[in-house]
Amino acid sequence: MSPVGAVVRKELRTYFASPIAYVVAGVFLLLLGLLLFLPILAISNQSLQMLRLQGNLPDINLNQLVLRPAFANMAVVMLLLVPMLTMRLFAEEKKLKTMELLLTSPLTITDIVVGKFVAAFAVFAGMLALTALGTAALGAIADLRWAPVGTAYLGVLLLGGVFLSVGLLASGLTENQVIAVVLSFGFLLLIWLFDWVGQLVGESPFGKLLSYLSPLGHFDNLVKGLVDTKDLVYFAAAIIFSLFLTHRVIESQRWR
Amino acid sequence: MIQVEHLTKRYGPKTAIDDVTFAVEKGEVLAFLGPNGAGKTTTMRILAGSLPATSGTARVAGYDCFDQPMEVKRVIGYLPEIPPLYTEMTVTEYLTFASRIKAVPASQIANAVDQVMQRLGLGEVRGRLIANLSRGFKQRVGLAQALVHNPPVLILDEPTAGLDPKQIIEIRELIRELAGSHTIILSTHILPEATAVARRVVIIHEGRIVAQDSQERLSARLRRSEKVSLMLKAPPPEARDQLALLPGALSVQQEDANTFLVEAELGRDLRDDLARFVVARRWGLLELKLVTITLEDVFLRLTQEEPASESVLHSASQEGDSDTGEVQV
Repeated sequence: MSPVGAVVRKELRTYFASPIAYVVAGVFLLLLGLLLFLPILAISNQSLQMLRLQGNLPDINLNQLVLRPAFANMAVVMLLLVPMLTMRLFAEEKKLKTMELLLTSPLTITDIVVGKFVAAFAVFAGMLALTALGTAALGAIADLRWAPVGTAYLGVLLLGGVFLSVGLLASGLTENQVIAVVLSFGFLLLIWLFDWVGQLVGESPFGKLLSYLSPLGHFDNLVKGLVDTKDLVYFAAAIIFSLFLTHRVIESQRWR
Repeated sequence: MIQVEHLTKRYGPKTAIDDVTFAVEKGEVLAFLGPNGAGKTTTMRILAGSLPATSGTARVAGYDCFDQPMEVKRVIGYLPEIPPLYTEMTVTEYLTFASRIKAVPASQIANAVDQVMQRLGLGEVRGRLIANLSRGFKQRVGLAQALVHNPPVLILDEPTAGLDPKQIIEIRELIRELAGSHTIILSTHILPEATAVARRVVIIHEGRIVAQDSQERLSARLRRSEKVSLMLKAPPPEARDQLALLPGALSVQQEDANTFLVEAELGRDLRDDLARFVVARRWGLLELKLVTITLEDVFLRLTQEEPASESVLHSASQEGDSDTGEVQV
């Protein structure tokens, strides 16, 4: 087994040995279920009213009216829950002094960082796969266009990847899990706000740069069904950059 | 097998180890002896490749610890001061993970884990969570992690810390068993521990090596006299003066009302004479024992010596010729 594979397996084992993965996934699925159900309820009420008043059913675009807001809200839920998946990854190793085992084994720091990221990403992807049940149920009773649903899921997956890599970096900076979570929130909300600040700055290159740095616009495009290389490059670069910084942080801690 | 030359490590302005030089031959057991904070752990972490040195070189099995860390990590087994245990894993899971990251071929992992569990007596707890194990078992699991890939070099930082006497003996026996086929460096702050398992001892104090030699020569050099401690049930007031009259007794100190410390010249065991002397006078012999040299004594002597005699000791021990290196205290 490759060294990365060994780290991935160990991290997955740890996720499911502790309640963390179950609690995070449970809360995530509950909130997402509600976020999907509430707009449907609202729309069906509206439709019934229109049926009563006008005598015919309106033409409803479910993608537009249900899934887009659901995915936008999902991003907010992820902002709050994804750091819970990553807070432990380095902070606990440092606190329990098990980092010493990893650092004195024939593993590179890249193996360790990538292994931990892949494991967290796999757990997150699993959670996401479970939300697909709700979407599929909706698809079974209503007309859905599946291509935008697919790109929206791609967007959520990539956005989750960015959140996870930022969370991993935050965990690498401290041996306290609470600090790791708070730092993750701080980082993530900051880059989230870049979009808003960019809009305030306006059409200048600086404003565009700030908006580009925020994941929000790129995520929005994918949720709308637009697949643009520019957005995909953004997500890949953001993930790789965070993982690179994590590598530097862990490496520098060896010297102290 | 291990060469350390002029190794220095500074944490900011604080110097943890200063110009440390020593070597360990293949199959040898070397004990690193020093009080807490002397630099033992720092030296071991550098050798294990988890900490870069500020200057100097460290080589393990011919590989440089800084330039070829991967090769070094493959040939060492390292037990840190605090065993690096994933407490939410079972013993088997933990050792399987350890063997995976230590590059044990996949087909041999189960076998390697079984063997190391057998060797360390972990079979009965193999399915238990590490969190629920006793201190002794945890320490053994930590040691198993260092042994699972059967490395030629073992670096053990305080391997018996926190264990009960029976477990300490077991670990010492294991180390003796591993010696010969493995090159071992272990650290301790307990002198009898060092002398029990290691042929050679390096004494480190405030980051500097103050003495290194085989333990027989070291203790012989450091011991100026034989001391016997004597506890009496009913010593008369003049007991101290009378004991001093015993042939061979150089001096007698009274520790408290019932305890005396009798000093004799080196190589002379007064216990038999003392026993007869005391019994004949019916003073009630409660206890009679040879006072072994303690680490405190060693440090006090080595660190409070005049600089001149310290350098004699140091150079003599480096040449491996201790006969000329008489310690004057």
